[in-house]
Amino acid sequence: MARKDFLDIASLSREEVELLLEQAVPFKELFTRSVKKVPALKGKSVLMLFYEPSTRTLSSFEVAAKRLSADVTVFDVPHSSVVKGESVKDTIDTLQSMRTDYIVVRHQRAGLPLAIARQTGASVINAGDGAHAHPTQGLLDAFTFKEVFPETDGKKVLIVGDILHSRVARSTCTVLQKLGVEVAFLGPGSLVPKKGPEGVKRFTDYEEAMKWGPDVVYLLRVQMERQDAPFFPSLREYHKVYGITEERFKRISGEGTYIMHPGPVNRGVELCHAVMDYERTLINQQVENGIAARMAVLYSLKPGI
Amino acid sequence: MLAEAQELSECRGTEVMGKILDEAKIAEAVVALAAQIREGVGEGKFAIVGIRSRGDEVAERVSAILREAGVEHDSGMLDISLYRDDLSHLQENPKLQSSEIEFPVDDARVILVDDVLFTGRTIRAALDALTDYGRPRRIELATLIDRGHRELPIAADYVGISVETERMDHVLVRLKNTDGEDAVELVEER
Repeated sequence: MARKDFLDIASLSREEVELLLEQAVPFKELFTRSVKKVPALKGKSVLMLFYEPSTRTLSSFEVAAKRLSADVTVFDVPHSSVVKGESVKDTIDTLQSMRTDYIVVRHQRAGLPLAIARQTGASVINAGDGAHAHPTQGLLDAFTFKEVFPETDGKKVLIVGDILHSRVARSTCTVLQKLGVEVAFLGPGSLVPKKGPEGVKRFTDYEEAMKWGPDVVYLLRVQMERQDAPFFPSLREYHKVYGITEERFKRISGEGTYIMHPGPVNRGVELCHAVMDYERTLINQQVENGIAARMAVLYSLKPGI
Repeated sequence: MLAEAQELSECRGTEVMGKILDEAKIAEAVVALAAQIREGVGEGKFAIVGIRSRGDEVAERVSAILREAGVEHDSGMLDISLYRDDLSHLQENPKLQSSEIEFPVDDARVILVDDVLFTGRTIRAALDALTDYGRPRRIELATLIDRGHRELPIAADYVGISVETERMDHVLVRLKNTDGEDAVELVEER
């Protein structure tokens, strides 16, 4: 039986993950045709419910839904009655009356997509909830990884940055581990969870982490907009200690290590300019693969209206 | 597929009527199909495109015969899952496979190949899928088996063999590369 909702990676089996990744391939192949659209979701409606600002994820979902021929409505939360004090529950009731088939939701509160999923017959897709999960990001990262390394078992990925507050780190780590990839974290002691996923190595020193021999270095974005959390003394300091500096880049490119980043990139913070032109930087592939992975997710779900 | 047929017969009160085509008969039908296509296309370029799954295997066999006879042509495969008109009614969407259309479709003469022509809905979907790759000069249809009962105004230009069936019957095609053996079975609804 097909699932109704797509809320996290953790509840999927390895087989389900592998199937979604396999199904993303034919969707990606559509992008080279002159007509990139297929009629699979013709007549279906997709509602984008974003309580947090997002350009990339929102537009990626929008493109994915439109390439499946669905009708897309963006519920503009900052300008909506939510601002006027409407509760999430009332908003959902309103949306339910619109008989939408799919709801793509992003919210600062962990678990909100699940709460919505229970209240509606529509298929709910989690596009990021608090520090909990960002499962389609995890899926597109795994898809990008698998394109480079078709045999995932035993490969190594080093995730660098503020692990503690990152839903990207959580979902990407979970999906990679399901595929048999060894994952390690590198970041300031205060920003790497003390107890975390089982089997994840923890590093605080770049040298040490690189000696471990990662196949991919995955850089998390420094959330400059988070003014409530001055976790790093300064951006320059962050770059020096955890960024890919020009010096580190020489070594990384010399060893042929791949680089991933969920975007948008802060040049001069997570990485130096040269990284963006490096042929093993997969950031642009991640964007393209995001559309294919999200099409595969939409296609796999069955709304229960 | 045999297990599937037995399962069908158990849960739907159907009965397997046995083989209506064996390996030799299927080979004959493929040869007949190739001969008709060769005559039909005359001189000039064309492409053979098989519809997944099993139509692609029929197409490969027809292509091999034509190539052996020195009739050069382009080949491709089409997965039509995303173009089906019954997706909303299915419990689970069909598994996608890759389409392989490597030749320029614009202005090409394309012969679509399927294993069984029945309602015509698969062909309708295939026409939509193919025209999203470009605008062919002409599209024709070749089928290994025509079992009748069309629901759309679609007809085959080339037919390997015609088989009389009831609307409710199931025609189960098994082909070597996909199913391990060549056989066509009729499952009758009781």
